[in-house]
This record gives sequence, structure tokens and C-alpha cells, in this order.
Amino acid sequence: MTNLLKVEGVTRAFGGLQALSGCSLSVEKGSIAGLIGPNGSGKTTLFNVITGYVKPDAGTVTFDGRDITSARPSQVFTLGVGRTFQITRIFARITVLENMLVASQRQEGWLRGLTRSKSSTQEVAAAMEWLDFVGIARLASLQAGALSFGQRKLLELAYVLVADPDVILLDEPAGGVNLTLINEIAEKIRSLNKEGKTFLIVEHNMEFVMQICDAVTVMHQGVDLVSGTPEEIRNNPDVLDAYLGGPDDDDVDVAS
Amino acid sequence: MSRFKHGWWLLALAIFIAYPLVETNPAYTTIGIFTLIFMACATSWNMFSGYSGYVNLGSAVFYGSGAYTMALFANHLHMAGNGDLFWLVPLGGVVASIIAIPVGLVALRVRRHTFVVITIAIFFVFQLSAINFSFTGGTSGMQLPFIPWFITNYNVPFYYVALGIVVFAALLSAVVRRSRFGLQLLAIRDDEDRAAGLGVRVFAVKLTGFALSAFAVGMGGALYAMFIGQIYPQFVFDPIFDISIALMAIFGGLGTFIGPLLGALVLESTQQLLTLKYSNGSLYLIIFGGVFLIVILFMPQGVVVAIRDAWARRAARRDGRVTVGATVNPGATS
Repeated sequence: MTNLLKVEGVTRAFGGLQALSGCSLSVEKGSIAGLIGPNGSGKTTLFNVITGYVKPDAGTVTFDGRDITSARPSQVFTLGVGRTFQITRIFARITVLENMLVASQRQEGWLRGLTRSKSSTQEVAAAMEWLDFVGIARLASLQAGALSFGQRKLLELAYVLVADPDVILLDEPAGGVNLTLINEIAEKIRSLNKEGKTFLIVEHNMEFVMQICDAVTVMHQGVDLVSGTPEEIRNNPDVLDAYLGGPDDDDVDVAS
Repeated sequence: MSRFKHGWWLLALAIFIAYPLVETNPAYTTIGIFTLIFMACATSWNMFSGYSGYVNLGSAVFYGSGAYTMALFANHLHMAGNGDLFWLVPLGGVVASIIAIPVGLVALRVRRHTFVVITIAIFFVFQLSAINFSFTGGTSGMQLPFIPWFITNYNVPFYYVALGIVVFAALLSAVVRRSRFGLQLLAIRDDEDRAAGLGVRVFAVKLTGFALSAFAVGMGGALYAMFIGQIYPQFVFDPIFDISIALMAIFGGLGTFIGPLLGALVLESTQQLLTLKYSNGSLYLIIFGGVFLIVILFMPQGVVVAIRDAWARRAARRDGRVTVGATVNPGATS
């Protein structure tokens, strides 16, 4: 097993706020990695650093042996790193199918886009296949803005998949969706993983994380606290401290 | 269905071609020329600003650049006043597109309202430059070679060249709308950061769209200069032009194909007619203001979209179907 995605000593401050202070992480090829931690521990910032939306102050990000620390978001995606957002982002005023087609030209030059039509038959077929995979193919001709919250989550997953990325970063895929849909999403992730896709998932739903992840990293105050299998993480006292507040950083005024 | 639709376009084109043959009064063909120039400019403006959502309120930069290109080249090449001057019209477009690149490199770094303000600022830089530089002739503007055509037929060649620019702008807009490039512009309008995260080279796409949309506007400016024969900086770099173009597109339907064509056709011809009938140059501003209030209050997406929606609702009611619209949310799973 090799490390497909590797983050080493990444630091990033926003003004006086140290969002990341020397965070490291590695994701093995073909695995489902989980990233958990309390609110504000820097998980989403780490995602933004990996995908090129935020430049780190120090540290490196390597994907498949290539340094992508200073790459732009479009370049990172072109290399094969797809992501979804915590607050679901779709293109609301074009159709669901057109949403899918935005992403389907991973290896294509931008000038080529002017001289060709929006979509080839082949691309439409592939897009419909992915829409069918997530179960919203019947909504293909609808304006994406008319979709419900859960359908938007599925669409966002589908249009990342259409470009066939090697690793997919999911930011809270189970956030704000009902139990049936959570199970459905977990099942999709598992079946994609069987086909060789690598995942890195940020999630607050512990059950979801423990159920599908091969390895879990816990973040706390901008650094990676511990990494291990879900079992190890569950029994680690440091993790409990990070989530529930340890004895050190708790000023309990009850005499004991 | 699609052949039927193309038939309507051909019919419209035939009417435009026939107009100067039927209406020979120069006063009315002049209105035709101005209307066509504005139709071309509004369509071209919409090809970038309507599709990408980057509302450019400095399009007179391209119009004026086209006009000055015509004037400067005609004078420095000592061209005679005849049909050869028409060759400078596409050159005006080329110069406008070239100017759009540095302008875009500055303005397209910022979004939304900031972009609008920057384009206005750049517009005034160009207007003040044209007023203050000596090679532009300063406030007295520039004289173009006199074209000694007979008055009754003088307008006709201009009219057809203007129609050619409209056809060019409309075809370009249609091609872009159907291309992958156009889809990327629409994606940028809806969520630029998300588009970047899906491999769209957003800056390159925006800059290309910006430069392409400058082309027809530059041609329009060049043709205007040749037609009028004398240009002044405050009339070719005119803030009213900036706003008119945008309002015509918004009136018809921002981001739609037919909207800007219709908006410019209705508004520009009305304005010219009012000026002709009542010889009151600014009466139209009052009427425009009222019309826009009504459109923005009752048809915020433009006349074309409002009519299309009403049509769809009526057809649905007749067939006894339920429409798929904002009020219905079919097949929600959560």
C-alpha cells in the first residue's frame, strides 16, 4: 500500500487565528480515510489547503508523488483530486445534466471548449450513468436549483465522480440528511471504494465514520492528534479529552 | 420543432433585409442603423455579462476604442471617403478585443459589485484619456473623411453592414451558449469557486469571454464613427451608452439569447422615434425610467422570460397538467 495523498507539517493562520499548526496526514491508496475533530479544529481548512483554495504558510501537500502545495483548484482537480463542500454547492440556474457536464473535461484545454459543443453523446451517457448511480437520473432535465437538500448532496457527489478522480474528499457527506439517505451515501462510498476509489471524509457523525472508514485521524486545534483504526480511536483517552474537554483545560469550580 | 424555430429567425432576418428597400426615408433608415448597432452591442455584452454574471458597466470603452480606431486609421492612412472605410470596421473590433485583455486582467480579479465599480472607473480613465491626449484630438474630437454619397442612398450600405454585425454577434452568442465554454461561463455565474474546483480555468475563461464580447461592440463603435463622420470623446465614451446597453439586455432578459436583441430593438427604436417626433433629446430618459421600474418590479428576469413563463403556464393549464416550476418540488427524498 502506498500513500496516495500526503500532507506534511501544514501551517496556516488567518490573521491572529492559527487554523492549522503543523498538521500531517496521509491517505493510503484504495482506502477510506476519516478525519474527525471538534468544530474549529481545522478540518475544512485542511481540505481547502489540499484542494488549492487556501495556500499554506508552511508545509507540503503531495499527491501521487507530485507536489501540489501551490497548485490552483482547477489544477488539483485536473490531477485527480475531487471534493465536495460542507455547505453543498451546485450550479442552481442550469439543469442537473448541465451540472454534470461542467466537470467532464478533466484533461481538456480551455480553448478547446470554445470549438466544441457542450456535450458529446458519450459524455451525456456517462453523466446519466452517474446520475443513475446516485439515484437522481429522473431529475436530469430539471433546474438544479429546484432540487431538495438531499438531492443536492447526491448531485454534488455525482458531478465529482463524472471526471473520474483518484481520490475524493467529502466534507460532511452525512451532515443534515436523514438516516435512509445516510445509509444510501455510505453504501455508494463503499461500492466506489471497491472499484478502487480512495476517500478522505470529514464527518461529525461518529457512527458513520466508524462504520465505513479504514483509518481515522483526529484533529485538535490545528494539529493531527492521533491516527489509527476506528477501534483504536474509539479507545484513545486523548480523543475523549479533545471532544469532551480534558481535565487540564477545564476550569471546573466544583471542589473534588 | 427546431426547424420551425429557425424559420422564425429567417423570417426576422428577411424583414430586416427588406426594411431599407421598403422604407426609403433617410430619417427612418438612420433609426434602423442606430437600432442595429445597439442590438449588436447588447447581444455581445450579454454574451459575456449575461452568461457569466459579471455586469460590465464600462462597455463604452470598447465602443469608443472602435470609433477612435476608425478615425485614427482613416486619417493616418489618408483614406478616401468611400466604401473602403468599411474595412476598418473589423479592425475596430480587433483593437477593442486587444484592449479588453489588459482591462480584463485588472477588472476580472474582483467580483460582483466591485467588478461593476472597477469597470466604471476604467471607463472614466478612457474617457479622460480621449479628452486629454493630443493624438485623439482632445475635446474637439476627430473628423473622418467625407463620404460623397447621394443622400437618398447614403444610409443603405451602413444599414447592411450594421445588420451584418448583428448577425455576427447573434451567431457568436448562440455558438458560445451551446459550447462547453458557454456552459463554463454559466457555471461561473452560479458558483465561481465550485467551478474552479471542477477543473474550470475560471480566469482564462472569463478573460476570453470578456475579449470576445468586446469585438462586436468595437465594430459597432467603428461603424458609428464612419456613419456620423465626426466623433467627440464624450459621445463615443458615453456613460449613457454603458447603462443603455446593460439596461437593454436586462429589459429583454439577462442571459437569454433573444432578450438583448429584443430589448435593444424596442428601446433604441423608441428612443430614436421620440427624438425624431418631438425633437426632445432627453424625453426618452423619463420614459425609460418608468419602463424599467415596471419591468424590474413585475418582470425581474426580463420581458422574454416573463412571456415564456406565462406561455408555459397557459399551455399547462390548457392541457390540464401541473407545471414544473419553483412552486413544485418533484420527487423530494429528504
